[in-house]
Amino acid sequence: MKPIQIELVQQWLDKFTNQTVYIHVETTNGAYASHLDEKAYNVGAYVRNVQITYNQAKIVGEGNAYRIGLKTSNGWIYAEGLTDWTIHEGSKILLAGHDREGRLMVALQISETPFDY
Amino acid sequence: MEKHVVVILPHPDDESFGAAGTIAEFRSQGIPVTYLCGTLGEMGRNMGNPPFANRETLPEIRKQELKNACDVLDMDLQMLGYRDKTIEFEDRTEVANHLQRILEDVKPSLVITHYPGYAVHPDHNALGAAAIQAVEQMEEDHRPVVWAQAFARGFQEKLGNPDVINDVEAYFETKMEAILCHQSQAGGIIGKLKDYKELGAEVLQEAKTRFGKEVFFIWKFQ
Ligand SMILES: [Zn+2]
Repeated sequence: MKPIQIELVQQWLDKFTNQTVYIHVETTNGAYASHLDEKAYNVGAYVRNVQITYNQAKIVGEGNAYRIGLKTSNGWIYAEGLTDWTIHEGSKILLAGHDREGRLMVALQISETPFDY
Repeated sequence: MEKHVVVILPHPDDESFGAAGTIAEFRSQGIPVTYLCGTLGEMGRNMGNPPFANRETLPEIRKQELKNACDVLDMDLQMLGYRDKTIEFEDRTEVANHLQRILEDVKPSLVITHYPGYAVHPDHNALGAAAIQAVEQMEEDHRPVVWAQAFARGFQEKLGNPDVINDVEAYFETKMEAILCHQSQAGGIIGKLKDYKELGAEVLQEAKTRFGKEVFFIWKFQ
C-alpha cells in the first residue's frame, strides 16, 4: 500500500456511487492487547462481504490520516484513521490505517465483486 | 517412543513460537509430525514492518510462510480452512468431528494443542477445546495422548506445574529459523529477533530463556 492520495481515492469512491458493492470494514487493536497490558481492552469489529449501495462518498482529512463517509439511502458507513491505499486486482479499492509498527488498526474496502476467503 | 505426532493449532506461527523445538526433537528421532493448521491468520493485524501485505494479500503470504516453516521443521501440513477469529463461533461438535476424521486416519500417538481457556486468543481456546473433544469422541483404546499448551497470565497458579517440560535449547536455531519464516508478522517480537545471530550474548541468552523451554500439560480424560 502507499500513502493516501486524496484526489485519486475520491475518484475511485465516486466510481462506485449508486452501484451495489461489497464492503469490508474493520477495526482492531489485536487479540493480545489485554494479555500484553493488563489495563488494556481487546476491541475490534469487522464486517465482510456485506452488500450496500451508497449515493454519496467523501474522503476528508489532512496530514497523513483520513476519514471516509459513505452515505446510503438510510444510513452511513464511516471509517477514521486511514493512512494508506491500493487498488487490488485492478478493481477493488483497499484503504487501511497502520500504526508506527505497520500494524493494521482500521480498514475500509470496496469492491463490485466479493472479497475472497 | 511416539509413532506419529499431530499438532493442532489455529494460526500460521503458533507452531513455530509454541512447539518448534519439540517438533524438531521428534523429527530428529525420525517420528513423523503432521500439522493441522486451523486458519491462515487472515485477520492478523501485522502486515510486515514496514508493511508489505494488505488484508487481501495476507492469506496467500501467510500460507507461503506457513509452508516455509513446515519445510524448516520437516513436518507435513494440512490446512483446515477455518477463518481467523471465527473458530469459537463455529459449531464445536462439527469442528471436533472434522478433526476426529483426520485423527482416525493419521492415527497419532500424541496430539499437541492449546489448553482451552488458558491460551489467550479465542481461536486457540476454541480449537484446543475442539481437538480435545475430538480425542474424547474416539474409542478409549485408540485415543492419542494430548499435550495442551497454556500461557495465559497466571496459568500456573490455576493449573499447577506443567507435566512436560521440554528443554529445546539444542534446537534453538531451528526454532528461530521457523519463527523467522513468518516475515509478515515482523511487527511484533519477530522484528526484534530478525538478526538474532548478531545479537549480543545477553539478548541471545534472553531469547534462549524465553524460547528454550516448551511446556505442556497432559490432558486428563474423565
Ligand atoms: Zn495463534
